[in-house]
Amino acid sequence: MTTHPHRNVIIIGSGPAGLTAAIYVARASLSPLVIEGEPSSTSDQPGGQLMLTTEVENFPGFPEGVQGPELMQRMRDQAARFGAEFLTEKATKIDFSSHPHRVWVRDDEYTADVVIVSTGARSLMLGLENEARLIGHGVSTCATCDGFFFRGQEIVVVGGGDSAIEEASFLTKFASKVTIIHRRDKFRASKIMQERALANPKISVRWNAQVTRIVGEAKLSAIEVTDTVTGATDTMNIGGLFVAIGHRPNTDVFAGVLDMDDNGYLVTQPGSSRTNVPGVFACGDVQDHTYRQAITAAGSGCMAAIDAERWLEHHHGSANK
Amino acid sequence: MSENVITLTTANFDETIRSATTPVLVDFWAEWCGPCKQIDPVIREIATEQAGALTVAKLNVDDHGDIAMRFKVMSIPTMIVFKNGEAVDTLVGARGKAALLRDLAPHLG
Repeated sequence: MTTHPHRNVIIIGSGPAGLTAAIYVARASLSPLVIEGEPSSTSDQPGGQLMLTTEVENFPGFPEGVQGPELMQRMRDQAARFGAEFLTEKATKIDFSSHPHRVWVRDDEYTADVVIVSTGARSLMLGLENEARLIGHGVSTCATCDGFFFRGQEIVVVGGGDSAIEEASFLTKFASKVTIIHRRDKFRASKIMQERALANPKISVRWNAQVTRIVGEAKLSAIEVTDTVTGATDTMNIGGLFVAIGHRPNTDVFAGVLDMDDNGYLVTQPGSSRTNVPGVFACGDVQDHTYRQAITAAGSGCMAAIDAERWLEHHHGSANK
Repeated sequence: MSENVITLTTANFDETIRSATTPVLVDFWAEWCGPCKQIDPVIREIATEQAGALTVAKLNVDDHGDIAMRFKVMSIPTMIVFKNGEAVDTLVGARGKAALLRDLAPHLG
């Protein structure tokens, strides 16, 4: 076991929330350690969910739009410029029961006065048999990574929120036809995205329908679709299935320590980033299932950084400044 | 350290894979793929550390889609391990350095 030098601030997670917190905290000369996560195609990862997107059109300051991965690289560079340090691994265990707070990465122990939790959320899967086995063989959670390989093919996107509609629109660049399968009779996605998608001649929608089976040996060959109203089933022969049915917060490591709602999202005190543990702050999608935007995550990351600075000032005078 | 990573093309792919004296790890990637960018530094570190035990190469699927299609790559990043010119293992999806080294361990004997 290795114990590392004590820090003012540890930030766990590196999406827009964590990196904005890192920019602010680093700029206040509090030299944060950012435990940014591990590369992954299907789960949480450094840079967060924007690493799996393409064009971001609504982040202020980018009138021509910006690629998700590029935006995240810029935020990371900005935090690094002010002295944030990065550890490209996952936090595996925490102990917030005494001071200082302790965070482990495998067997290595890190301590800090303040911890900012910005671990975000990851994509939900359908949970069907064969699904995990066929990821990368026709089943995908990343349209931007895999759409390219479905040129001229008919594919299915499952879901009805912003990410499903965005993926469907993106996939029409490659696919001959995109069918959106949604279990309700209307989308949750924003109006502008719905309108754009529904106006696209390559996109069709199957309302009130659910994917109930995934079929394929070496690669995906078909899915079974069940009508949620009549219960009738039919088979669609397709080579590509993109799953975008929603998200789940990455809070397993904080279970029993930080207060969560029924869906596992961290609970923060209204108008602040404070959790139930003094000196532990939360920001971004890990505590927000309502807005879930890069800009709201960044905004809450800024709140967490300011809350953290004030907390440090209050508890340690100016010693850390 | 980048000189340890070979850039593969349609022109040099077969020759590189066949003539290598070590197993070859080929990273299928593209500019527009976020997870591919994440693992690039990991791949380069492994190339440096495992020099002599593993040959590391990258193939841009945008430029050389024919090779990607030949090996049925349907998702990137996909990393395929070749031994004596034969594909012996396929790793689909990004992962951290420790996990990648663990997955490569059987080929580094």
